[in-house]
Amino acid sequence: MKTRYSYGGDEHIFVEMDEEMSLDAFFKALFITNAVRDAKIKGVTEICPANASMQIKFDPDVIKPADMLSELKKFESVAAKAEPVIKTRIIEIPVYYNDPWTHETLMRFRERHQDPKSTDIEYAARINNLDGPDGFIKAHSGAPWFVSMVGFVAGLPFLYQMVDRQRQIEAPKYLRPRTDTPKLTVGHGGCFGCIYSVRGAGGYQMFGITPMPIYDPNQKISYLRDFMCLFKPGDIVKWKPIDRAQYDATVADVDAGKFAPLMRNVTFSLADFHKDIDASNHKLDEVLHGH
Amino acid sequence: MAIKVLKPGLATTVQDLGRPGYYNIGIPLSGGMDRLATRAANMLVGNDEGAAVLEAVFMGPELEFTADATVAVTGADLPPKLDGAARETWTSFSVKKGQVLSFEFLKKGARAYIAVSGGIDVPVVLGSRSTYALGALGGFKGRKLEAGDELPVGHGKGAKDGRSVPANLRRAPGNPAELRMVPGLYWHRITEEAGKHFFADTWKVAPEADRIGYRFKGGRPLDFVPRQQPFGAGSDPSNIVDACYPYGSIQVPGGTEPIVLHRDAVSGGGYFMVGTVISADMDLIGQLQPHTQARFVGVDLDTALKARHEREGVIEKIRAALS
Repeated sequence: MKTRYSYGGDEHIFVEMDEEMSLDAFFKALFITNAVRDAKIKGVTEICPANASMQIKFDPDVIKPADMLSELKKFESVAAKAEPVIKTRIIEIPVYYNDPWTHETLMRFRERHQDPKSTDIEYAARINNLDGPDGFIKAHSGAPWFVSMVGFVAGLPFLYQMVDRQRQIEAPKYLRPRTDTPKLTVGHGGCFGCIYSVRGAGGYQMFGITPMPIYDPNQKISYLRDFMCLFKPGDIVKWKPIDRAQYDATVADVDAGKFAPLMRNVTFSLADFHKDIDASNHKLDEVLHGH
Repeated sequence: MAIKVLKPGLATTVQDLGRPGYYNIGIPLSGGMDRLATRAANMLVGNDEGAAVLEAVFMGPELEFTADATVAVTGADLPPKLDGAARETWTSFSVKKGQVLSFEFLKKGARAYIAVSGGIDVPVVLGSRSTYALGALGGFKGRKLEAGDELPVGHGKGAKDGRSVPANLRRAPGNPAELRMVPGLYWHRITEEAGKHFFADTWKVAPEADRIGYRFKGGRPLDFVPRQQPFGAGSDPSNIVDACYPYGSIQVPGGTEPIVLHRDAVSGGGYFMVGTVISADMDLIGQLQPHTQARFVGVDLDTALKARHEREGVIEKIRAALS
């Protein structure tokens, strides 16, 4: 990993941990982000971690760009020494794979897809050497994912699966972006999964939909009353495949204010993960289900 | 008091100076795209500079006032009319209860800022009254205005009629517009030759130009330095591992059409960026109409900071002229 710094005009500094994606790069970005936040540097207005990079926005009338840059460089060595252990949350997200709404949408934009003759999930299964949609769903929901960035639009999580690189699901974006994506679509582009927090344009492959809102600007949904966005970088997500009946029941529960996401606090060690990925993921599952 | 929206205009939204602090979860800065004009409009009517105003793009709304107020229109040359009688832009005027404010066709620029004494008093959401339409957040019901809306207005002391911002302090883009930018971020992805013609070519504002970003067309496509794409970046040479997009950053998907992100920016994504437009010139972008010619001018950080201070100096002079 080689850290690279760049000014983004007179109000931003961009720090790239690595050109390629890895959990190590993500952890480094997260640690620098936390260190900058804790330092409460006067003049800093935004601190944004991303997948393998981070960015700050600052007021150059309060702190000179060169001073800001040298402050940031100090945190790089602090982050490098930090033990890669975080206290975070694991959240179960129900997914209705192959649902009728994303299906209708993907059929509508078929001519913009690499493979107009199959669905997004069939295509992704094939190019990742998985055994059809069922094999794909098993791989997709079998291991947890890190929320490695929140953004693009309000509350949208980018997700990176916690498996070795050989098992990473990879899929290109649509040839040309769609002008429509149903709200709460579970998507995938490059090596990243996502949940579309609002309806709108998008280029990621569409695999399913969750009945569980993740962004509510009116803060009426019970579990979004404290804050309108559910996800923070560093959260861990585990997908739970559900069918139409479970989907409908969950939607009704959300509407009635009765739905509470399954969510547990957990400590995650990157060193333990690297030592034995499956054992580390198994432990997360146990925490989630209260064993 | 309230303002009744008789006609909404094209895309009129409530904006103030923005909503910093939430970009890390994808909630953009928002706020008026022309910040100098937003501040000046408020100063003219005796408001705090950060009070909420209406931002009208390309076409003005038609508004009926339910009480007396002071009003000013700044930014684009979108001439106001009061009960059909002409009023001046960049100049305060009083409005009586029952009068209707409407607008002539747009003459120059793109966005007008309509300030009312007391400010538009929609609820403050995450520290701001600005509208973020994509996220249905803030402003009036999280959306652009519609006919029949009634906008609450706060209590203001108002200001005298006929206060005016001196003509030399009304900042507007030239033609072609010159947008100064600091090369950086992923500038190294394009060849030296491509970097040269990025600055040499004259671009044109594309029809896709809104609060999220401004797209430019007409320059030569940019050639990339060949490389093995990094894991997770995607296969196109313009792809990167999804990263944060600075406000003002210039991304060039596929190397063809640069997009400058503005106040309602998408906060991150997978396209490389060649650099960032300097803070002093972001106001100018908000005043560009589609098909306007523009050039990018590469500058260093010192020049960017100097320009920032010059622009702040203009705002200081407006304050002094109106105090």
